[in-house]
Amino acid sequence: MQYEAVIGLEVHVQIKTASKVFTRVAAGYGHEPNTLTDPVVLALPGALPVMNKAALDAIIKAGLLLGCEIAPVCKWDRKNYFYPDSPKNYQISQYDLPICRGGSVEIELPGPARNLMGEHKCIPLTRIHLEEDVGKLNHGAADSLVDYNRAGTPLMEIVSEPALHSAEEAYAYLTSLRATMIYGGISDCDMEKGQLRCDANISVRPVGETKLGTKVELKNLNSISFVRDGIAHEIKRQIGVIERGGTIVQETRDFDGMTGTSQSLRSKEEAHDYRYFPDPDLMPVVVDDAWKQRLQAECPELPFAKQRRFLEQYQLPYTLTSVLVWDRALADYFEEAARLSGKPQAVGNWIVNDLLREVGHARIALTASKVRPAQVAELVQLVDAGTVLANAAKEIFVEMFATGEAPGAIADRRGLKAAPTDSGELEGWCRDAIAANPKALAEFKGGKESAINAFKGPVMKAAKGKANPKLVDETLRRLLAAI
Amino acid sequence: MASPVLPSTLAATAAQLAAGQLSAVELTRAVIARTKAVEPRLRAFNSFDESDALAQAAAADARRAAGQGRGPLDGVPIGLKDVIAVKDQPLTASSRMLANFISPYDATVTTRLRAAGAVLYGRLNCDEFAMGSSNENSAFGPAANPCDVTRVPGGSSGGSAAAVAAGEVLAALGSDTGGSIRQPAALCGVVGLKPTYGLVSRYGLIAYASSLDQIGPFGRTVEDVALVLQAIAGHDERDSTSFRTEIPDYRAELAARRGPWKIGIPKEYFGEGLDPEIGAAVDQAVAYYRSLGCEVREVSLPHTPYCLDTYYIIATAEASSNLARYDGIRYGHRSQNAKDIVDLYFQSRAEGFGAEVKRRIILGTYVLSSGYYDAYYLRAQKVRTLIRRDFLEAYREVDALLTPTSPVPAFKIGEKSDPLALYLCDIYTIGVNLAGLPAINVPCGFTRGGLPIGLQLIGQPFREADLLATAHAYDRAHDWNQRRPNP
Repeated sequence: MQYEAVIGLEVHVQIKTASKVFTRVAAGYGHEPNTLTDPVVLALPGALPVMNKAALDAIIKAGLLLGCEIAPVCKWDRKNYFYPDSPKNYQISQYDLPICRGGSVEIELPGPARNLMGEHKCIPLTRIHLEEDVGKLNHGAADSLVDYNRAGTPLMEIVSEPALHSAEEAYAYLTSLRATMIYGGISDCDMEKGQLRCDANISVRPVGETKLGTKVELKNLNSISFVRDGIAHEIKRQIGVIERGGTIVQETRDFDGMTGTSQSLRSKEEAHDYRYFPDPDLMPVVVDDAWKQRLQAECPELPFAKQRRFLEQYQLPYTLTSVLVWDRALADYFEEAARLSGKPQAVGNWIVNDLLREVGHARIALTASKVRPAQVAELVQLVDAGTVLANAAKEIFVEMFATGEAPGAIADRRGLKAAPTDSGELEGWCRDAIAANPKALAEFKGGKESAINAFKGPVMKAAKGKANPKLVDETLRRLLAAI
Repeated sequence: MASPVLPSTLAATAAQLAAGQLSAVELTRAVIARTKAVEPRLRAFNSFDESDALAQAAAADARRAAGQGRGPLDGVPIGLKDVIAVKDQPLTASSRMLANFISPYDATVTTRLRAAGAVLYGRLNCDEFAMGSSNENSAFGPAANPCDVTRVPGGSSGGSAAAVAAGEVLAALGSDTGGSIRQPAALCGVVGLKPTYGLVSRYGLIAYASSLDQIGPFGRTVEDVALVLQAIAGHDERDSTSFRTEIPDYRAELAARRGPWKIGIPKEYFGEGLDPEIGAAVDQAVAYYRSLGCEVREVSLPHTPYCLDTYYIIATAEASSNLARYDGIRYGHRSQNAKDIVDLYFQSRAEGFGAEVKRRIILGTYVLSSGYYDAYYLRAQKVRTLIRRDFLEAYREVDALLTPTSPVPAFKIGEKSDPLALYLCDIYTIGVNLAGLPAINVPCGFTRGGLPIGLQLIGQPFREADLLATAHAYDRAHDWNQRRPNP
């Protein structure tokens, strides 16, 4: 029998704000335990929450980027449950009036080949709401310690519809969602730091069946690859259980990405009654059009839109765009260099092949590179004009990356420029080259355009690599035409 | 030992301090001596810190000597109910749960009183977590009524009312969720104001029921209460429910606003259960307002019968959540007998909370439970809207409402053992909290047995200046506040 998986993802994204969501104390990661606290974070007697407007801005912006409907009025609810990582023993969250409803995440599935675009889909969202993060428990042999540094960090919960059907789709969904959040400056989404966390609800059913199967919640998926592996593993496990005549138990399972196995955490979910009610300490917030418009103006073009534009406007090959658009800084870098040089494809090649390689070797961020877009543009123009030859350009690029010096200056200093013009010698070398290769001549005359390249090597050799390739090409063509 | 008696009022004391006839240190010494003399019988304080108070007083004297006095409260000892945070002082809520808790921060009202120069003096007894109407729910034993130490001072701010009545402090702060300032003020014979919800910041007030709690002052006179309100009122960015509103000069307005006012008498507040002596005293007060040329007319607040039920749903729901933080994990009482984390919660809370607190947590948990929320909490919120509408409707015809504050005078400690009987003490005060309105208790007589009687004036939202002026018109013309109980 053929089976279909049905997957819904609940993604928690920490919002990048200077201070916590309900108080002024700083938000952050990697600090001494319990140093990012104050009476509000620790839930001391008498402390009260006050909404951080920057966190609200961020979630509204996230909603706008994902095409959600923004609630005109939103309120805050208390979700009551006891756990030591939750200082108040209730979490301030949003119950029946989430700030964002609907919307979708556009995804791209793997294409038939690396250089071909894959199928695009829009995965619908149920809602996005704002809540506060909890602290962290550290269990020792004799005791358990709590660190409240993370408690009160603004957190978005992004809930998808159960509309994903494979591990690959889940992977694509998270990749796209993560890029969107980073693009919008909403979060850095560093999964190692817990800035993006994902739980997956997975069920399987025979193809054609419309009723959902029993779902299993998969937790602790702490990298995007683990999400894919965990879901693939769970789908296989469920199908295995069904095919052996068993039934799926509703449970929460923990996936271990290192071993690729999962085990049950809770076999039957305890019936939680969170006793939600509106938080009387916080006033409802009215989100008017002016507020939305201000944030809409700050919304950047998203990766897929940018990719469509790059394909159209710059006529770039798909493979280049699929590298360039996923990092906003890289895409901006490219556009700047393309604008300055007027040679988008060449610039794209230099950036994707050379710049990214060097940046990778040096283990630095693109923004830390000494090579700026203007220098890439200059180098591309030098090559295009024939002033610098391809091999020399590669050398220049490596030096430019190390020193930040302008490419023209490097070429001058190191004598890497091709001879600017040539009247006497070049024509002679070209004649010699043509005369030495009658086979290529015949081919060229027979209409094989690329046969011209066979003459260029000998000419360059005679010129000791310093001939202007553009001029070589022109000269050869002129001579060939006259034969 | 004859107990030293303080100057009569805060206003008079302020004048003496300003004129250099009295130093803040002398005043504070007198307060300490008075406290030591009466406390064995009153138990109005959970604790007081002599040396800290004297140091604050010395600082106030130094300011004044340097010509940098901060106004009428500078150097004046003011007591704070033990639910209001004062940095480095105990904050117990009269509960075993917080018996050893020291606050690391100041409430906003505390900060503001410091800025006004007040000497923050002592932690005043109250019902545990401000839940009660007699002060008998204090884990540290009930405060007594200074007029008769075998009787309750009322509650929950019983210690605040008793301390002001007994002359242990010149003014005090309490908190009022369903009558917790006005009812003890009535039972002890002092003035107590519950401001409009949102006028005074709740930051640093231990939350009982967040949508109803409000901090307010106790004093011997309406003028004294106006002086304290001046220092604590106004928007606070640490409390989202605090309101941005212009704060007038309340004392100056007492004289400036002279009426005559249209006064409404809600007929639902004079029914069954009202002690006849109280009814008579309030009638006398009504007659006085008439004599000032005020128009007095009967009005109706038809949803009054639902106030008590509505209150006990909303207040307990909020309390059940607000008190969840007392879990023995980060601070407060932690049971030594716990086997695991769940047991730690159960044991710590079982040992730390008293019976009334547990009763309200259980009630509140129940009304918020899945399947009951709509029938109880949501419906109570709707009724609350209707109750508020009743008041606002009445204010289309009248400027203020006049009622008794408490249906009964101070009763004997231990006399009312049934929680419901105690809840009925608040029937005239609870509607005001549900509607978020300002209201004040003003002494208006004594029973034949010598127990104080109070009248309640209910004002319009954020119009404390009018309410205080209306109350002052009565208060200045009567000498009930001159009687000084000497427990």
